[in-house]
Amino acid sequence: MSSQTAPAPAPTPNSTRRSPMTAAARRRLAMGLLFISPWILGFAVFGAYPIVMAVYYSFCDYDVLRDAVWVGPLNYTDMWADDLFWKALWNTAVYAAFSVPLGLMLALVVAVMLNRPIAGRSFFRTFFYIPSIVPLVAVAMVWMWVFNGETGLLNYGLSLVGIEGPQWMADEAWTKPTLILSSVWQIGGAMVLFLAGLQDVPRSLYESAEIDGASPLRQFWNITVPMVSPVLYFNLIMGIIGSVQEFVKPFVMMPGGGENRSALLFAVYIYQNAFEYNNMGYACAMAVVLFLIVLTLTWLATKAMGRHVYYAGE
Amino acid sequence: MKRPFHQLARFLLLTAGSVLFIVPLLWMVSTAVKPLDQTMSLPPRWLPTATTWVLEGQAVEVNPGAVPAEAGPDTLVSVNLAYQWVVQREGPNGPVRVPVKMRGDPQDEQVTVEINHRWQWVRGEGSRAQRSPVRLTVPDANAPPLAPGTARVAVIAPDGSLRRRVVPEAQLERVWGQTPDQVNRSYSVTQTVQVPRGELQRAYVPWNDRRDLAYTEMETRSAAYGQLSSRVDLRTDNFGGAVRSMGHFWRYLTNTLTLCLLTVGGTVVSCSLVAYGFSRIDWPGRDKVFLVVLGTMMIPFPVIMVPLYGVFRDLGWIGSLKPLWVPTLFASAFNVFLLRQFFMTIPRELSEAARIDGCSELRIFAQIVLPLAKPAITVVALFQFLATWNDFLGPLIYLTDQKDFTLALGLQFFQSEAGGTQWHHLMAASTLVVAPVILLFFLAQRVFIEGVSMSGLKG
Repeated sequence: MSSQTAPAPAPTPNSTRRSPMTAAARRRLAMGLLFISPWILGFAVFGAYPIVMAVYYSFCDYDVLRDAVWVGPLNYTDMWADDLFWKALWNTAVYAAFSVPLGLMLALVVAVMLNRPIAGRSFFRTFFYIPSIVPLVAVAMVWMWVFNGETGLLNYGLSLVGIEGPQWMADEAWTKPTLILSSVWQIGGAMVLFLAGLQDVPRSLYESAEIDGASPLRQFWNITVPMVSPVLYFNLIMGIIGSVQEFVKPFVMMPGGGENRSALLFAVYIYQNAFEYNNMGYACAMAVVLFLIVLTLTWLATKAMGRHVYYAGE
Repeated sequence: MKRPFHQLARFLLLTAGSVLFIVPLLWMVSTAVKPLDQTMSLPPRWLPTATTWVLEGQAVEVNPGAVPAEAGPDTLVSVNLAYQWVVQREGPNGPVRVPVKMRGDPQDEQVTVEINHRWQWVRGEGSRAQRSPVRLTVPDANAPPLAPGTARVAVIAPDGSLRRRVVPEAQLERVWGQTPDQVNRSYSVTQTVQVPRGELQRAYVPWNDRRDLAYTEMETRSAAYGQLSSRVDLRTDNFGGAVRSMGHFWRYLTNTLTLCLLTVGGTVVSCSLVAYGFSRIDWPGRDKVFLVVLGTMMIPFPVIMVPLYGVFRDLGWIGSLKPLWVPTLFASAFNVFLLRQFFMTIPRELSEAARIDGCSELRIFAQIVLPLAKPAITVVALFQFLATWNDFLGPLIYLTDQKDFTLALGLQFFQSEAGGTQWHHLMAASTLVVAPVILLFFLAQRVFIEGVSMSGLKG
């Protein structure tokens, strides 16, 4: 790897060949850069440049038709006073705070149940996995139909057990639960990752725990959870990043944010400002905030979990 | 004692869970094959039915009203029937029954009705004949007199422009309006005419077909419950209906498949090259740069959405498919990561030996590493296909003309135009969008599961 080269002495500015790098190393560097050049180019144009410009535009008055005009922190002060911004932030926080842990827990529980031999294992795995590959727009259609207040399947099912179901998508108190519940349907990816992680847990750990008389619940907390903690960490980060930019389902199921904007999520509000209200500078300011939120949450998750993540190989 | 109990509990829980997970999809398919009337029926029915009543010696498909719980064969229930008033008219291939709209009293000697037709100009023979809708133009005093057996018409050319022509009357064909679609087509003419009472007939039509036929009317009668019979009736023509109501379904499909082809090709080529650079060549700083690649996975698309739109606008690509596939030529972090992980597992000695033999890196890449990495490349191709097929936000932002839409965007567009009422068509359209993905999953199940597991290697 890269550390194979000797520790570098300070390079002499006038030498054409830098001393620590042999000709072979330079050739490898050139070759390596050549191979990754598509990514370098792509990252520059479709990654780094847009991020820098997002920050720049966030200090501008900017829309599709006109050039950007520097206005200073105006967008950010506007944001501070924008009730809808706070509402979208709150909605997204509620959505993420419930859907991520719920999804992770369910995915882990299903994976643990599927990990031990059982009849029809691959059928179960298929059934739990399939929803996660269905196109999100179609998922939104299906849920709009199932959550329909009058003729929906869900409310009919609830009526069978004597519960009068709410107007899921029309009642402001129930729009967020609708989104959260529908997100739990798509845990397939996380579940398969957990399953892969569980395969690596040595059976001997459980056997010795069994001998010591540990209950299944104790085994779950003291063996399973620590052993799959790398996967848990990966799924947590991906879940956070995914949920704070959730767009398709809220956009399709509750256009415009739903009743009293109760389901207006952050990404939808960014989209609306950029492409519906023609307020691209403001949209960029919110995008910057979104990015900071993602970075902060990832950092927090890493800090909270980092010490507890157990890597078998290291 | 304890073990079998646990096993059973686990089995039952998993069964209940997977049923819950699959029910929404089954409900989608079930709704997709229902007639519109039955989509909203409560309690929900999983299989659509057609009820038949033998009436005047003829089996008629009817819509039964509420049936009392303790109904016997003689209990009278109310049923709805659909019927048309029809008259006999001459069609291109002999006499046809043409539905008419009742305007007067059916008991009169001469009954006032509305009848619809349009003219087509037919050139050529048989199945290759070209048919253009035409309108017979009103005779104009200034126009030169017509030769006998010819008619002056206005033609809509395939490009949409309008031309006046004189055509032989033998090439004109009259088409009677049979469906609501035909009645509302351009150049169709609705006339009010008098029909002798004797020529008018009342014909029952299947209840579930009544929306697809022109000028249907309804009546309610009483029928003995025992005379009604029900059978399962899957309305598979809903799929055709959904395709028609979506407008440009085949364009959507072509666009989506084109994009899938381009993005899968672009991703496989660019990501394997880049992954090779990050795994099979040792160059100083490689692993630090790779951390940057991993870091880009954390950039949410909404963050760069607006500036990216600006980039594509400056390139003049808005309203074309280019913003949706050109970026895949430049590798994406996730797929590079996946391929790199796999490339790392290929023994280094293979490359070293080839290098000693004087092979160029490109040859080692193409002839040694790529063939060995087929499983990983299949995974990447599959994931990219899914990502393109499922993508919604990209097409929503970059595509402007309805004819350029992808299936996902077309489905949402259809829903926002016609949703809320046409649940059977909406679910049929959704089924059409979902089915290829599910099919692909069953064909490549192992690749999927292994691919997902691969993506989580070492977090």
